[in-house]
Amino acid sequence: MDFYLTALLQGLCFSALALGIFISMKIFNIPDITTDGSYTLGAVVTAVMITHHQPTYIILPVVIVAGGLAGALTGIIHTKLKINALLAGILVMTALYSVNLTLMGTSNLPLNNFPTIFNLLNISADPNHNTFWIVSIFVIIITILIGYLLKTDFGIAMRATGNSESMIRSLGVNTDRMKITGLALANALTAVSGYLISQNQGFTDISMGIGIVIVGLGSVIIAETLINWFRITSVWLSLILVLAGAVIFQLVLAITLEIGVDANLLKLVTAGFVLVIVSLPRLNFKSR
Amino acid sequence: MIQITNVHKIFNSGKPNQVNAVNGINLKIKTEEFLVIVGANGSGKTTLLDLVAGSISPTSGNIIVDDKDVTKLPDYKRSKWIARVFQNPMSGTASDLSILDNFRLATIRTRPKGLSIGINETFKNQVKEKISTLGLGLENKIEQQMGTLSGGQRQALTLLMSVMDNCKVLLLDEPTAALDPRSAEVVMRTAEELIRDYRLTAILITHNLKDAYTYGNRIILMGEGQIQKDLDAGEKGALKQNDLFDWFS
Repeated sequence: MDFYLTALLQGLCFSALALGIFISMKIFNIPDITTDGSYTLGAVVTAVMITHHQPTYIILPVVIVAGGLAGALTGIIHTKLKINALLAGILVMTALYSVNLTLMGTSNLPLNNFPTIFNLLNISADPNHNTFWIVSIFVIIITILIGYLLKTDFGIAMRATGNSESMIRSLGVNTDRMKITGLALANALTAVSGYLISQNQGFTDISMGIGIVIVGLGSVIIAETLINWFRITSVWLSLILVLAGAVIFQLVLAITLEIGVDANLLKLVTAGFVLVIVSLPRLNFKSR
Repeated sequence: MIQITNVHKIFNSGKPNQVNAVNGINLKIKTEEFLVIVGANGSGKTTLLDLVAGSISPTSGNIIVDDKDVTKLPDYKRSKWIARVFQNPMSGTASDLSILDNFRLATIRTRPKGLSIGINETFKNQVKEKISTLGLGLENKIEQQMGTLSGGQRQALTLLMSVMDNCKVLLLDEPTAALDPRSAEVVMRTAEELIRDYRLTAILITHNLKDAYTYGNRIILMGEGQIQKDLDAGEKGALKQNDLFDWFS
């Protein structure tokens, strides 16, 4: 049972990342590859600051700013230098690998003997339950903030940007600035996931971000499939489904390990699983 | 309202595939004038409209809208005066957003999009009321996604969206080209009513010579990036539909 609880916790930690991908998909129609780098960046900044005994309350703002900068950089490269969004993301992600390695000075930084948010705050005696409550509070606050944002005039303009750029420009929105802001927001969220995961697992590893964009993408696609099935238009329900997507994704991976699939094959299973959920709606569409 | 002075637009300048899309156009459009532009494909009509809208900037010459030189302003800054309906119904509306969300954005076309929620019951009723004037029965579907509507319905809504906020100039780029004859008629009739009621200055590009004959109070014929014929209200009134066909033969 603990096994599934761990998967649930992982899923909740990844829900910020999933929301980030959800936003970058709305703006670009493609997932932002910067995610791989900004997720690790969030974790690296967290680990470095914790091991340097920085006060807990300033770590999160720094993580958010760092992630935001990474996203804004991708946005600027894409809009100002007119470089394909996918390539812009790959460039920043690649560059971030060196930045992360330099910041950490080593490829792995354990946090075992340092105070993290999970042992500073004590809501429940059971450490797993304690983590669950803390992460849940994070997820609820983030969801409410993003949900509110997407319902504002600014949020509507942001959701429309990936839909019809010509329309949104003729309605007086600077799409370049919108893309840069949106990507900054998406990657700030991703960095928060790195912040949560590194403290949850008790270490930051330079390779922890490899292929993580797929985790976000998988979660969002699970959500979008459900959104299309049930023809959901509510912003709140969509966000909740994205959170559910993140948890379902981790549970599927947990089940895969549980039934005895070699852990080395986990990335292969992940890719296969995402392939299945991406293609499901299309197969459905054909037979209709 | 709009003054275009000696405007040139050259694509791929200096390359073998250089195109002089607009070749020294001088055009003065008076307030509340409804200008129809006809011309063969590649005659520079759409380029001219893009230049007015600001989605492309001229190689030389300048453009004045409402006494302000807008030559250097990008399209999203010209939205203060100019609303636009595109040839493709998908371009004028956001398909994944609800009708309501689309209208919300249109309502704040000339204003910044801030961090407050603008959609409330008053706004919903206002949108419903507006949409009911179309007579398409869409007023009860405002929560529906734009993408579920037909091209004709979307074009009609795009037109309506253009007058949700203060609008001086309406640009119509073959708004009915992708529509069936009946929807096309609804869209054109709506356009004419809005232009009249809101006293807009309008430019219509069309390949439909019947529309060119029926609508507008001035008509120009474009060819090779230049104005070849320019008929004012009186001359256009005296024009017969067959004369228009003769222009293209």
